[in-house]
Parts: sequence; structure tokens; C-alpha cells
Amino acid sequence: MEEHEILNPGSLPGPDDITRVEIPNGIVVLARANFNSPSVVINGYLPAGSLLDSDDKLGLAFFTAAMLLRGTERRNFQEIYDALESAGASLHFEGATHTTGFGSRALAEDLDLLLELLVESLRQPAFPTVHVERLRAQILTSLAIRAQDTGDMASLTFDQLVYAGHPYSRPDDGFPETIAGITCEDLEKFHRYSYGPQGMVISVVGAVDPQKAVDRVSEILGDWQNSDQGEFISLPPISPPTEILTCEVKIPGKIQSDIIAGTIGPQRRSPDYLAASLGNNILGQFGMMGRIGDVVREQAGLAYYAFSSLIGGLGPGAWYVSAGVNPANVNQVIDLIRQEIARFIREPVTDEELADSKANFIGRLPLSLESNGGVASALLNLERYDLGLDYLRLYPDLIRSITSSDVLETARRYLHPDRLAIVTAGP
Amino acid sequence: MSDPITKTKLSNGLLVLLKEIHTAPLISNWIWYRVGSRNERPGITGISHWVEHLQFKGTPQFPGRVLDRLISREGGYWNAFTFLDWTTYFETMPSEKIDLALRLEADRMLNSNFDSQEVELERTVILSERQGHENEPLFLLKEHVQAASFRVHPYHHEIVGDMDDLQTIQRDDLYHHYQKYYVPSNAVLTVAGDFETQPMLELIRELFEPIIAGDQAPYRIRSEPPSLGEHRLTVEGPGETVYIQVAYHSPAATHPDFFPYLVMDSLLTGPGNLNLFGGGISNKTSRLYRALVETEMAVSVSGGLIATIDPYLHSILITVHPQRKAEEVILALDAEINAIQDKKPKPEEVARAVKQARALFAYGSESITNQAYWMGYTEMFDTYDWFLTFLDRLDAVSLEDVQRVAQTYLSHRNRVVGVFLPENSS
Repeated sequence: MEEHEILNPGSLPGPDDITRVEIPNGIVVLARANFNSPSVVINGYLPAGSLLDSDDKLGLAFFTAAMLLRGTERRNFQEIYDALESAGASLHFEGATHTTGFGSRALAEDLDLLLELLVESLRQPAFPTVHVERLRAQILTSLAIRAQDTGDMASLTFDQLVYAGHPYSRPDDGFPETIAGITCEDLEKFHRYSYGPQGMVISVVGAVDPQKAVDRVSEILGDWQNSDQGEFISLPPISPPTEILTCEVKIPGKIQSDIIAGTIGPQRRSPDYLAASLGNNILGQFGMMGRIGDVVREQAGLAYYAFSSLIGGLGPGAWYVSAGVNPANVNQVIDLIRQEIARFIREPVTDEELADSKANFIGRLPLSLESNGGVASALLNLERYDLGLDYLRLYPDLIRSITSSDVLETARRYLHPDRLAIVTAGP
Repeated sequence: MSDPITKTKLSNGLLVLLKEIHTAPLISNWIWYRVGSRNERPGITGISHWVEHLQFKGTPQFPGRVLDRLISREGGYWNAFTFLDWTTYFETMPSEKIDLALRLEADRMLNSNFDSQEVELERTVILSERQGHENEPLFLLKEHVQAASFRVHPYHHEIVGDMDDLQTIQRDDLYHHYQKYYVPSNAVLTVAGDFETQPMLELIRELFEPIIAGDQAPYRIRSEPPSLGEHRLTVEGPGETVYIQVAYHSPAATHPDFFPYLVMDSLLTGPGNLNLFGGGISNKTSRLYRALVETEMAVSVSGGLIATIDPYLHSILITVHPQRKAEEVILALDAEINAIQDKKPKPEEVARAVKQARALFAYGSESITNQAYWMGYTEMFDTYDWFLTFLDRLDAVSLEDVQRVAQTYLSHRNRVVGVFLPENSS
């Protein structure tokens, strides 16, 4: 395959134009200027995820994050949103498994307002009772909707099956009975013992000078200390399925079924990750969803969507295939998926497939970094996975160096057609 | 958003809009056809969307999988959308590779295969797409509300089409639809990104000008007569949650009332978002959020109107609080509708709507794909000037305009009220 030199790696974010500063209380600030845009994005996270939740209060981290903008010691709910929405700005928090993340953006002229609201809600949330109850009803409604969604239920059940006994088996937003049992005091305690500067990362990208961004963050967050902030949780070991595990979720009245079939893949920091990711692109992503899309959708016409995903993440995330199909075709599609997985670990991918996916990975990089939001999340990933500030510039060569035997050997370490968790959710 | 563009019509009628943006080594190329579900009659509903699917199945020069592979291997991002009024295809590519996207679009304007076997395989894919939608209560509700809103006009049916038609449309129907509408005189090409205008225009002429203009036989669209009374309907299906959709007949994008209407909707349900990518702004200070969610009548409310050729719908969607009944929520909604009809809004409410629109444009302009999208999208129902003057026209909306529009359009007689009721609810 011919090699196209379409990418000048120097145009990608790197050590000379990313500012990274760790302020004395432990917060890491990342910043990069983009004066082509009149706006600014501030994204980040702190290590306050659902891993810290007990089983009977599952959803506490999620609930706490969703409460942060419901009132602070200085402003009530409507005052917070009046400030944000009047500026055309947005700010949200979301509790995930390892972390609670935040995302925000505003016109550059409103940077100070945005930082002020972000910091106020992180440090001084008030957890007003009336809003705790109002939000509880909203979360319970979203869980009721989840219970009726074939895709959501397939995904939730897949995690329960493949991560049985491990914290990853639990949904971050909990269950109706655990959400019902969370009190105001639980929320306040979770905030007091889990929110703090240790492990917090904040990334500022857009029409702001990076040094100014670092200075502003230091001014407003540099004095934050929390001696109560707990230790980070380490994950227990986990073994992938050693046989076919199946589960069928019945949701009466539905017209279509969702299928998820997969296992545990490498974590993002694993040396296997890039080869697995490139292989996954060939298996079920490239173009109209790789080999899986080709077999299930293009050749058999059995589904509107069929693709594979590799989660990576901090722990070992899953590696799985998803498809939405007519209930009558479920078994046929599962067979096709297993056949493709069998082929994927039996023989190497072709030189052409490998070259195509490599070109795709390298070529799409500039598009993913086009917006401030895209750059801000790339910077957070550099930090989250210890990739180094030069990673994006090294990335094209890292991808080019992967061979078809790397892909095959890596796939064999994780995938096997007879060792899968297979879940269907439908009528 | 005021950077200059080049707008040219080729000799075969193809309208071309070009905008140079040199901030990233990317180009986004869009081809737009003035055909969508608006151009369909009963018997062939969903045909425009099906044709869109078949445009990915290849031509003699670019067989299906070759086509996909060529774009993807360059890191290109490509997709297509079928809407009420239009169908569009785009590729966002590294700048050096854009000629591939242009050659591909020129080729498939004329030479798509429409192979019978591919048509049959795609039939089951599209049936599966529709069945996936039918899993969603909100799709079922919207489909019924839309059908009740349009007795005569073809906005009556969903873009994906009716099941019966999807089972019976034949290859020749599809090919005929393609041949009729996929002609230069019915198309607009918009390109934004890292290129020089003159060489780009020369390349476009070379690729597209040889294509014969095509007969753009006028297609008569039946217009919707005024509504003679409120329609109320219920849809039942599996679920635990009650939803309400209220749809008012709203003005076309080119109607002078469209902009006051946008402001009014922004006050009621929060800012609309014209960006294709990227989220919007929350709506927690909007009147309906305060009146319905803050009072625990509902757990969420959203709404908006869409720029269309013919008058379409201003829709308000409410997720009912589990402890409440749909009827009491509709009464609370009506109290807010009365309020916006009875009293002029405050100046700061309107100022906020304008600032929100300005911010959303700023966010959207970071994406070259959005910039090319805006040029073509606005040409489908008006011209690119609609976009360029958008903020000024919002700014010019008076408090009296907002009140007048509320009085004119937000009447019971002008609306359909749909309620989704879970089958197993008491």
C-alpha cells in the first residue's frame, strides 16, 4: 500500500504548545490556545466515581454530581442557570465509574463567569432538600425509561454477566431501589469525603492565553484543600468468560432486539491497546462498520446497525459486538458474529485491511482535534492514561509500526468465539 | 460568520457555494438535492430515504465497498441525511484528498447502480431501521402527532416511510425517483475549508458541468388547509412513562413571522440549535421548565421549530412526572401559553435569546463541517443570506412581535395534542 504523507505531525498539539502545570494542592491544569475561535471550553474530572459507592447506595456518585448545580452556598438553582444561560454558556457534571467529569463552554468574554460557577459548584454545593427530591424523581424516571430500552438493557445486563462480582458489573446511575435510599446526608458526605484537589485535572482550550488560564485556575482553586479526601480505590482482578454465557432480557411489546456479544479487552494503558484498537477497527468499525457490518448488514441485510467496540479505559474495559435486529434473526446474527470472531483469531488481517485502518486512524486525527472540545478531551486523555504531551505527534508512527501479526496475537489474547458473554434484549 | 463566500451557478443549473477557511487542513464537501419526504405520495413513502441508502451501494467506477474504503482510508468522515425537504451527502476529508469526494459525488449523481439484489438486501436493513424506531415511545408519538397535523400536505408521513410502502416499493420506483431528482438543476454543492477558490471552482466545473441539467418537472405539493379545531390523540405502547407532545402549525422559514417565532420558542422552551454537531445550551430558565419541571409536573420539557420550505410544526415535548396525570400538565402548559399571549415579554428575555444564538454560532463555527452544512442547509429553503442575517433579524424582533406571534399561532385550534400512555399503566 502506498503511504500518504498527508499529516504534518507538527500541526498537532504537542509539548511546545500544550501548557501543563501541577499546582501545589495537586490539581493538574492543561491549556492550549486557539484564537481562531471566539469561545473557550473547560473540561475535566476528579476521582469521585461510582467505584466509591456501596452496593446499597449505588448511584450516589452519579446523584451527587447531578446535584452540584442545584444550588450552592451563594446561589440558588435559578440564579446559577440564569448566569449560565444568559451568557449562552453551558456547564454540566456527570458521575461515571472512576471519575466525576465536567464539561463547559462559553464565549471567551465569559471565561471568568464560567470558572467561577464551576468552582463554586464543585466546592460549595448546598444540596437543597427540595432539589434532592426533584432530582430523585427525574433520575427514577430515567431509570424507568432505561428499563424499557432494549439497547440500554442489553448493555447493562452484559456488564453484569461479563463482570460478575467486579465493580464494573454495576451501572453508574444505580437502580430504582438504591436511588430511593439515598439521603441528603449521603450526598453531603460523599461530597465531603470524595471531592478535593487530589487527582483533579482541568483542561482549558480556546481563545485564552494558556498562562492566563493557568493563573486563573490557580487563583480560584489553588487554596482548595480537603484532608478528608479519601484514598483511591484499586480494582480487584477479573477473569474473562471461559465459556459461552448467555442471558435474555424480555421487554414485552418491543419490535426489535438488541444483541451484545463480547468479553473483557485490554485497558487503555496496556501495551496491547493500540494493536487491539486497530484490530477492532478492522473487525467492526472501518467504513460501514468493518467486517461485522459487511457480513451482517451489507451481505445479509439483517440489521440497521452492527459494529464492534473496544472500551479500554482505566480498568480493563469490554471488547464487544452490538447489533439491532429483528427478533426472528437473533440466532442467525449471533452465529455470524461468532464466525467473524473465529476468523479474526484464526488468520491474520490482510495487508490491505491493515493499511486501510492505519491510514484511517492517522488521517482522522486532525478532524478529531478540530474543535476546542475535541482538543480538551484529547488533553484529558493524555493525562488520564499517562500518555505524555508528545503522544499525539508520536501517534502516527506508533500506528504505522503495528503489524498484522501484532493484531492477530493481540486478538488471540482476548477474543474467542466460545468464550463470550452474549446478551439479547427484546420482546 | 460574515466571511466572504463565492456563489456561482454552473451552466447546467448546479448551484455552487464555496467558503475558504484556513484554520485546519480539512475540507468539507456537501451535495444537496431538493428532494425529501415532502416529495413523496402514499405508496412510495420512505423512498427518498431508501434512495439515500442505495447511493452508498456504488457505481461502475466506484463499486460499493471500494467507495467506502477510499473515503475511510483517508480518515474521511462521511454520511448522509434525508429530511422533509432535502437529502444531503457529505465528506469531510484532509484537504489534499478532497478531489476524491468531489469525483465520487459527481459520479453518483448520475451513475449509481441500483442493483436489484442490493435493493432487496437494503429493504430488510430499512425495515430494521424502522423497527428500531418503533421500539421508541417518542417515535411512535411523533409519528401520530405529525400524521394528525397534516391531513393533506406530504409532511404527513415520517421520513423513514410507512411499513406497507417499505414492503412494496420496487427497484424501478427507486431508480425513477433517483433519476428524477438527482440532477444538477435540482442540486446545490457547498464546500468549506482549506482550499483556494479559483482552482476549486475549476475542478468542480470539470467534474460537474458535463452532467446534463435534467428536467426539473415541477412537482406540485398539496398545501395544508387551516385547521378547524384542536386534535387530541393517544398512543399506547410498552413503557412506564407518560409523554406529551403538543404541535402547533408554525410558519415556513421564509415567512416574516419565523424569527419572532424563534424568539418566542426560545422563551418558552429554551434556545434552539442550528448546529449539526455539538450540544446546545440548557433550558432551565425557560418559562416552561420553570412552570412544569420546577413545579414537579414534569421531569423534562423541550421544544423547537425547524426551518422548512412549507409551514411545519412547533413542537413541545414533555416527560410527565410519575406522580402526575397528563391532563393536569396540559392545563399548566396552557396557563403559560396564555401568559405569553397576554403580556409582552421582558426585554432581557429577548436579549438573552439573541446572546444564546450568538454563542451557539460561535461554537458551531469551530467545525468546518458545520460551516459547509450551513451554506447548503439555508439554500434548501431560502438562501445563504438567511444565515448571514440570522442574528440581525433575531435582534430586530420586538417585544410586541413576540406577543403577536404567540397570539396568532398558539391557539388550541392550531394544534395537535398527543399523549403516550404506557399500556400497563393504571
